[in-house]
Amino acid sequence: MSINVLRFTTAGNVDDGKSTLIGRLLVETEGAFEDQIEGARRENERRGGKGIDFSLLTDGLKAEREQGITIDVAYRYFATPKRKFIIADAPGHEQYTRNLVTSASTSDLAVILVDARNGMVTQSRRHAFIAYLLGIRHFIVAINKMDLVEFKREAYDAIRMDFIDFIERLGGADVYCIPISALEGDLVTEPSPRMSWYNGPKLLELLESIEVDDHQSERPFRFPVQLVSRPPGQEFADFRGYMGRVASGSVRVGDAVVVLPSGARTTVTGIVTQDGRLDEAFSRQSVTLLLADDLDISRGDLISSETSLPAARTEFKATLCWMNERKLRLNHRYVLRHTTKSVRCIINEIDYRLDVNTLDRESPVTELQTNDIGQVRIKTLQPIVCDPYDANRQTGGFILLDETNDTVAAGMIQG
Amino acid sequence: MNKEWTHLRELESESIYIFREVVAQFRNPVLLYSIGKDSSVLVHLARKAFYPGPLPFPLLHVDTGYKFPEMIKFRDEFAKSIGARLIVHRNEDAIAAGAHPLKLGVARCCGQLKTAALLHALEKYQFDAAMGGARREEERSRAKERVFSLRDAFGQWDPRRQRPELWNLYSGAIHEGESMRVFPLSNWTERDIWQYILQEKIPVVPLYFAKERPVVERGGTLIPADNALHLKDGEKPQMMSVRFRTLGCAPCTGAVASCAASLEDIVAEAGAAKISERSTRIIDHGSNTMEDKKREGYF
Ligand SMILES: Nc1nc2c(ncn2[C@@H]2O[C@H](COP(=O)(O)OP(=O)(O)OP(=O)(O)O)[C@@H](O)[C@H]2O)c(=O)[nH]1
Repeated sequence: MSINVLRFTTAGNVDDGKSTLIGRLLVETEGAFEDQIEGARRENERRGGKGIDFSLLTDGLKAEREQGITIDVAYRYFATPKRKFIIADAPGHEQYTRNLVTSASTSDLAVILVDARNGMVTQSRRHAFIAYLLGIRHFIVAINKMDLVEFKREAYDAIRMDFIDFIERLGGADVYCIPISALEGDLVTEPSPRMSWYNGPKLLELLESIEVDDHQSERPFRFPVQLVSRPPGQEFADFRGYMGRVASGSVRVGDAVVVLPSGARTTVTGIVTQDGRLDEAFSRQSVTLLLADDLDISRGDLISSETSLPAARTEFKATLCWMNERKLRLNHRYVLRHTTKSVRCIINEIDYRLDVNTLDRESPVTELQTNDIGQVRIKTLQPIVCDPYDANRQTGGFILLDETNDTVAAGMIQG
Repeated sequence: MNKEWTHLRELESESIYIFREVVAQFRNPVLLYSIGKDSSVLVHLARKAFYPGPLPFPLLHVDTGYKFPEMIKFRDEFAKSIGARLIVHRNEDAIAAGAHPLKLGVARCCGQLKTAALLHALEKYQFDAAMGGARREEERSRAKERVFSLRDAFGQWDPRRQRPELWNLYSGAIHEGESMRVFPLSNWTERDIWQYILQEKIPVVPLYFAKERPVVERGGTLIPADNALHLKDGEKPQMMSVRFRTLGCAPCTGAVASCAASLEDIVAEAGAAKISERSTRIIDHGSNTMEDKKREGYF
């Protein structure tokens, strides 16, 4: 039962076969149930199709089903004896950038589908770029529809070269390429005698074995405080705990830590959980910390390792992905949410907008609209305690809310 | 490195984080306690989140009057044993008027006894966040549900107003009158739930374990037949070894044939389950889908 979790996102151009692939993965690992499969079969037959259309298994809301489009991130689950998988499925179409930014933000790996007949197209580059921008450094390129190119190696080789070349230009990452047929099942969970020239792992084997822990536990310790615990009752008269989830690094009882933004120094005297006191807490663990000194600490403060301190900043550059129909307004007040802190801010300059297809920087620009990505300058009313996004996704990412409370943008702090 | 970091620890830790975000961001949250296995896990996680302090919110049970007697007994003993504040809310008018699925149809009966009762309770106690045990894996339309799911002043869900959720930044910002439904178990599957119940030795209602029980078969579903009121004319109960995969109202919850009498058996069975658990809930079958229910304010 000692298995771990892999969170991945899937991206592909419309009709590259993403739904078919996910549907097949779910069915073949029994992540989909018979009545759901039967539902997909019936629906397909009602529309005049034959057999199971795997893609119908993963289509979500009613309106979308009726219009035959998918417009929002959907989460799917399956497990093998080795791993539990959480797929954040970002569908294509016009809201693409926004969906992929959302799904990539919680993922450690991206499966990018490419149609073997078409090779790396503009959209494939765009998908890879957005996933990369959100910090994903593990890519599986599923070169699909190999049945339509007679399972020939050439198509695979060409796409592989193109993709690796593109990722190198972005800064390099871990890339695996697998030739598959999502429709017929080759190299998804089953071997493919028709592609005996390919000696690598099948897609599912790779998903089960790929190591994505990018040493999050070895990074500097970061602990955003969610709540202060002061339980009632005589026995807890002196109890003052700081609840949170370790964002990165680890901490041991006895470690010297710094509380930011105040800069106060103290020592960890206890790590409390209901399952008993711990000597050490690691990245991703939800715990309650006890400290040696009685300091004024509240939600939004960050407890950090003594060395490699994060910065407390009120002005910074950030890459923004705009997500709302209401355009970015310069010098307008937004609420910025970062770790457990909320502060007011304004955007006082747009440096450039990125053309996600060519990666060209367009400037000057005066606005960003839905699905635009650009670099901006932000001023906050109070300091936020942060790291550059490249160094730490948990303490480098933020969202912006406008007065309607809608989440209008996702941002990544630059160094 | 942390070798013990299993999928269950990861899920547990994420859920604890979500509970703490709710308490930090809302004025008056409540935990919707339905007595089922997911609720048992939900409460277990909530207690871990605030240990050593008490639960900082009450439990709310929307009682339709048709819950199995075993459920009510379990509820009362359980709430008492953990010292939780339990609020039981019923749509007394509808119950007095004799609302019954065989009379009103399943959809209308649920609408009155569950949806209307829930919305009324949220309004009466002025809860601004209601945490429930729904999971995304359960049903197709839930695959896109947010962890923080916004409801308008009428308790209704509008797919277009749901906010993108990035990283672990859950935004609880709401306007006057609006409220949030929160799903700390979003990323759990039925299998995870049972594995965790086994690992943590969490108490659950005995109805989940297989036993010889009287049932009738109706439209391919095994309906418990301890109460003659829930039977149609001509239906004759028979004894079978069955268990329940989900627990709803007695007249509308189907049992499954099973010999799984222990947690270990259930974990093995959940691992091999071929039919989704929701298929045993009669509310999900009609033309009124889960998505329609959700728009109206059902969970
Ligand atoms: N020949 C062949 N056809 C495939 C393969 N994979 C998918 N298809 C077909 O390609 C079409 C599009 O597949 P989908 O899975 O719906 O594509 P998608 O990328 O999910 O598209 P959207 O959901 O619209 O974004 C369907 O007709 C599939 O049957 C494959 O490996 N070989």
